[in-house]
Amino acid sequence: MQLLLQQVMAGLANGAIYAGMALAVVMIFLAIDHLNFAQGEMATFSAFVAWQLIAWGTPYWVAFVAVVILSFIGGVAIERILFKPLHHASIFANLVAFFALFSILNSADGYIWDYTIKTFPSPFGTKPLFGSVLIDAHEAGMIVVTAVLLGLLYLFFRGTRLGLAMRAAAANPESARLVGIRVGWMTALGWGIAAAIGAVAGMLIAPVVFLDPNMMFGVLLYGFAGAVLGGLTSPGGAVLGGFALGIIENLAGTFIPYFGRDLKLTIALLVIVAVLMVRPAGIFGRSVVSRV
Amino acid sequence: MTTPQQDTALFAPAVGAHGAQRAAWPATRHWVLAGVLVIAAVLPFVFQGFVVFQLTEVMIYGLAILGLNLLTGFNGQFSVGHGAFYGLGAYVTAILMHQYGVAYYWTLPAAGGVCFVVGTLFGLPALRLQGLYLALVTFAAAVALPQLLKFHGLEEWTGGVQGIVVDQPDVPGFLPIDTDQWLYYFTLAVVLVMFAGASSLVKSRTGRAIMAIRDHEIAAAAMGINAPLYKTLTFGVSALYTGVAGALGALAVQFVAPDSFSLFLSIYFLVGLILGGMGSLPGCLFGGLFVLYVPNIAAEVSRGLAGAIYGVIMLLVIFVMPSGAAGFTRLAFAYVSRWRHR
Repeated sequence: MQLLLQQVMAGLANGAIYAGMALAVVMIFLAIDHLNFAQGEMATFSAFVAWQLIAWGTPYWVAFVAVVILSFIGGVAIERILFKPLHHASIFANLVAFFALFSILNSADGYIWDYTIKTFPSPFGTKPLFGSVLIDAHEAGMIVVTAVLLGLLYLFFRGTRLGLAMRAAAANPESARLVGIRVGWMTALGWGIAAAIGAVAGMLIAPVVFLDPNMMFGVLLYGFAGAVLGGLTSPGGAVLGGFALGIIENLAGTFIPYFGRDLKLTIALLVIVAVLMVRPAGIFGRSVVSRV
Repeated sequence: MTTPQQDTALFAPAVGAHGAQRAAWPATRHWVLAGVLVIAAVLPFVFQGFVVFQLTEVMIYGLAILGLNLLTGFNGQFSVGHGAFYGLGAYVTAILMHQYGVAYYWTLPAAGGVCFVVGTLFGLPALRLQGLYLALVTFAAAVALPQLLKFHGLEEWTGGVQGIVVDQPDVPGFLPIDTDQWLYYFTLAVVLVMFAGASSLVKSRTGRAIMAIRDHEIAAAAMGINAPLYKTLTFGVSALYTGVAGALGALAVQFVAPDSFSLFLSIYFLVGLILGGMGSLPGCLFGGLFVLYVPNIAAEVSRGLAGAIYGVIMLLVIFVMPSGAAGFTRLAFAYVSRWRHR
């Protein structure tokens, strides 16, 4: 029982990482209808900028806020420069652009900051929480931040005119344009928000996995998987999917004898495939009905 | 996700733009084909060892991309996991040759057969899933394969992280050529047969059914096409093509190891397919060229920024030719013939 509880908590801690990434993935999916393969590299780049600012002596929270704002601007800029011209191109052309962005950012990280592994400070410290062995302060902090982000997004999308306009632009661009919403800028805004969330995720993940140009690749895979498990159209579902994935992975690694430890990622993915067989649009996703 | 109209526009190449010169086109096409074949036959005598090996690799990647193209370009099903089928084919060949001493040419049908079966099984869940959700399932395959190959329970066959060394194919005694050249011609022959097969498949009644499903699945089903059957079979055939390419790859490289078949291989195939041109057979070879040479070119320009340069080249290609090399050629032809007829 103790072991089970411990593994669930450890899974929750990993899950918080995946959930943060899944949230960023879903945000951009809602804005542009594509999965952004470069999301992880954007987050890594943001984390590197934060590391550099802190290394120059900037206080942590000042660097944190600065990087979130810079990432937002960067996200908007990427959309305006790179993806707006490809707006009418096929989904495949967009896919190549994502891979290109991935490659460019990854290479730039390595070129500017080299490939040595760097430690990244945690704002919450790494002491065990309330003297418990199950979870440390940073992991708890990550879970809280993910929950707060989700709450803010909910309020933004449900409670503000801008959020409503963004939802309209994503759901039905033509009609949205007719009622005076600037659809192009809504897309850019979606990129900006996704980049900012990614930056937060990157800065929270870096203390756990350590900072290097390839730190996000594995995390992004889990982020995608979590987002798809929860349903790509549902931010809350994506967060739950991320947590579920972390827990499944940990439990499989501990409790399935013989091949559990070596193949825990495979098992987690198999679980997802099995879920998708029953719920093809993810657990909380809306299934799309097409008109003929 | 997208409306049916958009879907059609996504995949359909710019057909009809050159309706007028369609009659003249097949004749030109035969001449081009003959020219390419002659050049392909002479190349190993023009270049030396390593270049011949690289050209062999280009054909192998082209074949793998053709497999992906049958699935994505012609049938409209996504896969970001074809590297897994490539790896599976390579391992079938390696294991058969290493453990059971099977002759290298017999391993190709075996690799194709295994991949066909696995691919068809993959096609079953694919029936329920669309777009990104299907992409995730194939993606799971790409991520899981290296882990499975390293798994200690299978080490007896797969050699674990160490991989397997594959023997070099022997050149038939009566031919005055070296191993690289022989491998090149062997690959060329296999690739030709496979391309011819794909070409007739696409032009057949079955091929039209496959493409009808891509363009509008509901309408296709309404016309009496058994969509689930064709979709699963296309998955199987697609995996077969990529698996045979993997088997050839194992022969060419003479070594298989789990990490050669990572997710990045699948992504390279996808990039090669898109830049070569969805739904175009010759485009696959362009894709193979891109996959093999562009990373090398990028690394030569600057070692530190190789990835960035590779990315920039990808962007340039996609901005100049949004529908890939095949779409670009088609547009160029249409433009030239319009200009001539004026």
